[in-house]
Amino acid sequence: MISLFVARRELRTFFNSPIAYIVLGGFLLVAGWMFFSTLFLGGQASLRGFFALAPVLFVVFAPAVTMRSVAEERKSGTLELLLSMPLRDWEVVVGKFLGALGMVAIGLVFTLPYAFSVAALAAPGVSFDWGSAAAGYLGLLLLASSFLSMGLWASALSRNQIVGFIIGLLLCFAFYFVDKFAVLLPESLGEVLEFLSVDYHFENIARGVLDTRDLLFYVTLTAAGLLLTSRQLAAVRQ
Amino acid sequence: MVRIEGLAKSYGSTPALRGVSFEVPRGQVVGFLGPNGAGKSTTMKILAGYLAPTSGAAYVGGIDVAADRVATRRMLGYLPENNPLYEEMMVLEFLEFVSEVRRLPKEGRSGRIKNAVERCGLTTVMGKDIGQLSKGFRQRVGLAQAILHDPDLLLLDEPTSGLDPNQIAEIRELIKQLGKEKTVILSTHILPEVQSTCGRVLIINDGKLVADDAPERLAHGEGGTVSVVLASRLGSSLEPAQVQSVLERVPGVTSVQAAQGEGAGTLGFTLRYGTEDPRRELFEAAVRSELALLEVRRQHVSLEETFRRLTAGEAAPRASDPKPQPTA
Repeated sequence: MISLFVARRELRTFFNSPIAYIVLGGFLLVAGWMFFSTLFLGGQASLRGFFALAPVLFVVFAPAVTMRSVAEERKSGTLELLLSMPLRDWEVVVGKFLGALGMVAIGLVFTLPYAFSVAALAAPGVSFDWGSAAAGYLGLLLLASSFLSMGLWASALSRNQIVGFIIGLLLCFAFYFVDKFAVLLPESLGEVLEFLSVDYHFENIARGVLDTRDLLFYVTLTAAGLLLTSRQLAAVRQ
Repeated sequence: MVRIEGLAKSYGSTPALRGVSFEVPRGQVVGFLGPNGAGKSTTMKILAGYLAPTSGAAYVGGIDVAADRVATRRMLGYLPENNPLYEEMMVLEFLEFVSEVRRLPKEGRSGRIKNAVERCGLTTVMGKDIGQLSKGFRQRVGLAQAILHDPDLLLLDEPTSGLDPNQIAEIRELIKQLGKEKTVILSTHILPEVQSTCGRVLIINDGKLVADDAPERLAHGEGGTVSVVLASRLGSSLEPAQVQSVLERVPGVTSVQAAQGEGAGTLGFTLRYGTEDPRRELFEAAVRSELALLEVRRQHVSLEETFRRLTAGEAAPRASDPKPQPTA
């Protein structure tokens, strides 16, 4: 699969730039704080507190990972080089997406020590719920996919990575925030908003309930973002 | 190898190409000449499959670029304008990446890289970051990337811009070598480059093709000019109209234009000639008409002059140049 070569180059480039370490460091710092602050507040050896907060963190983290992805290549001109290679636009987009997902996955791997320490704090005789932890991580990856695909599109919109970051942030935030005032609205409308919410579906998965509707939601959102990015690349060619 | 039909391209409402057509057979080295902003790079970008044309079509190896960009891109190597490269990658890393996305077979990859690296003289900088390289080396990396997959067609957009004279000579030599086996389209606004490397010149101006010929023909086929200063051998005053008609009758002269004399009693003219040098006949005619030739100066039309004339904006041909423009 040719996109994997593009993805590998993305990852390499990412870790060659200082921004990567700042973004990743910031992510781990905030994630650590989320792990342990919620832990001691709840007084329970579980990751539920962390998973409740994590989507907010990803609202910022995901667009920060994707902001350079296309914008930087447009600015430096290497996009012309890349797009004159025998690759289809969607192969480029998927490659960039997989690269970004790889970075998020690496970030998540670095949070595993937190999870292990929390598990180690479980009271004797009480078993740590590894099943729901795994479901939570899976949910985070799915949530990240949808955020990254939106961030990628945002990055493709201009040559300026800061613009890409802000648009990505707003988009991700919109999909996070959309159901937060649903209680105030009529029930039917509230349900629609809930269905659109990235957070709502994540909560379902983090609870350990793997429902195809939730999966389908993330897959659809991710695909839509990637499709928009492909179309944006086609627009850049005009 | 390359065929372009009525290619037009607008950026928003600004037209960059207004219907360009030409054909390049396999094995030719073509210089694509024009002032900045004439549409050279736009044509290259369309051929490379990066930009989509607004109308018209471009074919590479018989395949419409718009219909199957991947197939046409596989056949060509492209050095974009300003040679954008992934600065943070090492030369070797970068070439490996290109060989991967170009789907070179795994067994052949290192051989192809080695070949391109040797041809472009990159052996000593393989482990360096591209961002640290000098401009000459960067340009060679760009060329190595373009020839990595041994393409039939090379599109080189201003391959020598920004290089010092030594580097320019090296790159030109390399292009000459490549031109022996490949079809090369080379865009430039440096005229000697075309004269030294190309078998054919396309001159583009303001989005239109204004000339298409061999560089020697563009330079010399049109002949040139002879500037003369004349005086009467008998010391009498000269009638300009009469002298001009004498000059016009000289075999080989295609047009006569009044020019500056050298003072009282003298007349200056500029004669244009085609393929035949008219100086001998001119001398004979002058003697017959009791005219003294004080000065005869011949000038070949240089490629530079042709270029200037063809690309001098929208203006009509210069006063001293009543001839119609050549093959458009």
